[in-house]
Amino acid sequence: MPFSSLSEIKSRLDAGETSAVEVAQLYLGRIAAHNGSLNAFVHIDPAHVLAQAEASDRYRSEHDAPRPLEGLPIAVKDIFCTQDGPTRCCSRILEDFHAPYDAQVITHLKEAGAVLVGKTNMDEFAMGSSTETSAFGPCRNPWDIETIPGGSSGGSAAAVAAALTPAALGTDTGGSIRQPASLTGITGLKPTYGRVSRRGIIAFASSLDQAGAMTRTVKDTAMVTAAISGHDSGDATSVESAPVVDWLGACDVTDMKGLRIGRPKEYFIEGMDAGVRASVEAALEKCRELGAEIIDISLPHTKYAVAAYYVIAPSEASANLSRYDSVRFGHRCDNPEDLLDMYTRSRDEGFGSEVKRRILTGAFALSSGYYDAYYLKAQQVRTLIQQDFIKAFEQVDLIATPTSPITAFKLGEKTDDPLTMYLSDIYTIAVNLAGLPGLSQPCGFVDGMPVGLQWIAPAWREESVLSAASAYEAATEWHSRVPAAFGSDGGES
Amino acid sequence: MDIDVNKVAMLARIRLTDDEAAELGPQLSGILGYIETLSEVDTEGVAATAHPHDAAMPLRANVVTNTNRRDELQASAPQTESGLYVVPKVIE
Amino acid sequence: MSWEVVIGLEVHCQINTRTKAFCGCSTRFGAEPNTQTCPVCLGMPGQLPVLNTVAVDKSILTGLAIGAKINLESRFDRKNYFYPDLPKGYQISQFAVPIVEGGHIDIPGKDGEKRIGVTRIHMEEDAGKSMHEGLEAVSHIDLNRSGVPLMEIVSEPDMRSADEAIAYLKQLHQLVRFLEVSGADMEKGQFRCDANVSVRRPGEPLGTRTELKNMNSFRFIKQAIDYEVMRQIEVIEDGGKVVQESRLWDSVKNESRSMRSKEEAHDYRYFPEPDLPPLRVSQEDVDAIRAGMPELPGQLRRRFETEFGLSPYDADVLSQTRELASWYESLVAAHPADPKRCANWMANELLGRLKEAGKEIENSPVSAESLAGLLDRIADNTISGKIAKDVLDAMMESGASADAIIEERGLKQVSDSGAIDAIIREVMAANPEQVEGYRGGKDKLMGFFVGQVMKASRGQANPGVVNQRLKELLKG
Repeated sequence: MPFSSLSEIKSRLDAGETSAVEVAQLYLGRIAAHNGSLNAFVHIDPAHVLAQAEASDRYRSEHDAPRPLEGLPIAVKDIFCTQDGPTRCCSRILEDFHAPYDAQVITHLKEAGAVLVGKTNMDEFAMGSSTETSAFGPCRNPWDIETIPGGSSGGSAAAVAAALTPAALGTDTGGSIRQPASLTGITGLKPTYGRVSRRGIIAFASSLDQAGAMTRTVKDTAMVTAAISGHDSGDATSVESAPVVDWLGACDVTDMKGLRIGRPKEYFIEGMDAGVRASVEAALEKCRELGAEIIDISLPHTKYAVAAYYVIAPSEASANLSRYDSVRFGHRCDNPEDLLDMYTRSRDEGFGSEVKRRILTGAFALSSGYYDAYYLKAQQVRTLIQQDFIKAFEQVDLIATPTSPITAFKLGEKTDDPLTMYLSDIYTIAVNLAGLPGLSQPCGFVDGMPVGLQWIAPAWREESVLSAASAYEAATEWHSRVPAAFGSDGGES
Repeated sequence: MDIDVNKVAMLARIRLTDDEAAELGPQLSGILGYIETLSEVDTEGVAATAHPHDAAMPLRANVVTNTNRRDELQASAPQTESGLYVVPKVIE
Repeated sequence: MSWEVVIGLEVHCQINTRTKAFCGCSTRFGAEPNTQTCPVCLGMPGQLPVLNTVAVDKSILTGLAIGAKINLESRFDRKNYFYPDLPKGYQISQFAVPIVEGGHIDIPGKDGEKRIGVTRIHMEEDAGKSMHEGLEAVSHIDLNRSGVPLMEIVSEPDMRSADEAIAYLKQLHQLVRFLEVSGADMEKGQFRCDANVSVRRPGEPLGTRTELKNMNSFRFIKQAIDYEVMRQIEVIEDGGKVVQESRLWDSVKNESRSMRSKEEAHDYRYFPEPDLPPLRVSQEDVDAIRAGMPELPGQLRRRFETEFGLSPYDADVLSQTRELASWYESLVAAHPADPKRCANWMANELLGRLKEAGKEIENSPVSAESLAGLLDRIADNTISGKIAKDVLDAMMESGASADAIIEERGLKQVSDSGAIDAIIREVMAANPEQVEGYRGGKDKLMGFFVGQVMKASRGQANPGVVNQRLKELLKG
């Protein structure tokens, strides 16, 4: 049961074979047993979880039809504002913050009948690729607890991979859903920018951020994504006219006949792990067996994506994080001498070093005399990256790439070298810059560590990645592997 | 590229110790050096993208939807007095 | 050698919307501190702005009224700076592409009208209020005003004196009130002005300017500009250089002081607001707003002069606000025979009484129809102009009609020659010496008799008839 998919749990709940309370107890037990070694959750309130489960069971007994996620446990990254419990974005600066509102996606989950399990660990303000910059200490990868789970949604990824929850929400600004999904052997989808409301999600880089699902199967991802998507009049970047198709139905596809898959040459380069490369090439071969045509394509501006991203994201972040000024909420230093001291010391104490690095990078890129060379230039390169994709999608239906050039690395291995850390997002960043949907699913293992396959579709074509990933999933077994240390022992309470 | 870390830190209102400044300076220079690879790209006449999609801004009706929630909204405030936020004296 | 003064003005004008620019909080003035705030205007984590549609419409209307170009696509940027009353640490403002560009405002001058160019009008959000008075080591922050929509109206440096600057501001102030795009109440900070001032020798390039910040009374603005001009001239004539800086007017000490702090110069790091896609308006929307635009003060003034033959002074007074103009037009409609009499009575008699009573034309106790009723009685000689003023007083008091008051008080003018002859005979009988004198050639005594007769009739005798009958009867 713990490693069951969301869909399987739903079937058992719908069949009356188990109850939401039993399911909640199971996962609370596993969290109690394993969170100590993983540090995937930074906030858990078991009584509140059980109360939600009880309410769900009551709803089910009182209504003819259950809601779409009735009684299903879902964990959320600490970046989603929730009225229940603290919302800290894993930053000291929000140590005492309680949001007086729910994020729109949290409202959607509640309305769908989900049971919110707790808040998962993350890189502070989602700035990082390893979940090591968290104010609550690093999160660990269930496949090898000496390694990182990826980031920034590492807590959500580790929690799903170790079956501390069957599903979780993450956010993805430059790969923060897909890269940890890849490194922990689960499935994660970053929807098209504008598909999911950003309201109530603590902003990192507003033109790139998008929330999405992290689950054990493609269909589960479709289920959760469907629940959290939709236009929000309170988010001016939430798109009103986005076409919505039957995503669950799109997951019933088992072959790839007639599918044209692009293989961008710029994503298969030096510097990528040979094992990763072999896994992804093998995955593409599997797609060919399933009926797809693999077409070599070029996305010529790919090599500039990381540079453009590390101008745009920090610039937006430097402004987004100005509100943490200790006036209306957030950490304030003791006995400030004057106003300037209050600002500079509170922010020094409240932010970790990676967050400071990004704020300063952004403030510099926007500062007088540098704007054109950095910010404007990056925006223009962003246009070229977008155009690369548009051209490619004239030739192919989907693009398949590795999600990450490497498998999970050791804790502390890259913390002293921010630039190398940044380059671990090299395959995921362009998708955010172009605002496209991107999904990562497991496609192999190298030395026991998972490898991810990334699917990229044109804007608003989530069903297209879901279908291809479902067909691949049906033909392979990577997604059903379980990290041995967190296997079937249960740890049930 | 050499950057004046302390000046940027002041813009961002973040105190840096000398040690931090000494560490951050080269790190930022390294990052900015990498970013400068952008200068290789010919962007003559290329439009700047600020938003991923070409969409127009939706507007909100001019209708009051909020009621007074002061106590709740100030619950996380470091210091308040009689409903006002309190900060060290502002000198103009 | 003489100095030329160069002034450009930036006016921050609160757009009168019911709700704030980017959230559903009320903009009502004077509420308890921080009771009109929400997660959006407090800049709480994850909160997002959505622009108020009326702020857009009113900005466009203002642009159309000054003959400006409306940008069908404009955008918002973030202006970054830290201040305790700026919740997000940035202000959302239209920097790169404002909604309105160009346009002009004509001001009255010695040699006719002078045209002052308007560079742009952009929308932005207001900050909250910091309060320091009576506090020792702290300041208090009220964010009720945070997020209230503003138009910033930026002029070209076209003004050459403090008087021209004030004339421009008065025209602009009148215009925004006229268009009902702003209450423009200066005491409430709804119409605030920054002035960029420099001096130069005529013909030379522009001198270094200083910015006088945040002035909210015409008197202070004039004082501050005059002071700044003198200060700059002194600096230069003493061999010094004007430093580009912001200065704050101290209306108690009657002097300005530099706001330059020891911190770094501002670097606002503007960049496109990622939370707001471009603002697009259609030409149809703009045309519809244009179609609904009221007649503007200048147009009204000219029409009042030509159509109704009013003096420039009366035309100006009666076109000051939309309410005044429409009241006047109602009055003329009800008393069409004499628009000048209408203007005279409204501008001089009614408005004076309203001012004394502390009332605006909108809540005048005397309606336009009612005042027309009074003017009708003057026109048909029922009462004299002098009596009419007393009747108007009574109307102000009770709200009753002119006819009712005339009837009740028996003020009807006596024009019946028989009745007047009787009074004249009494007066003549009582003043035989004067009668003798008049008949002896002292024509000037006529005035004496008129006065006596009017007095005896308690002012109700028709003066024209009195004159005519006196001449007749005094002949003997």
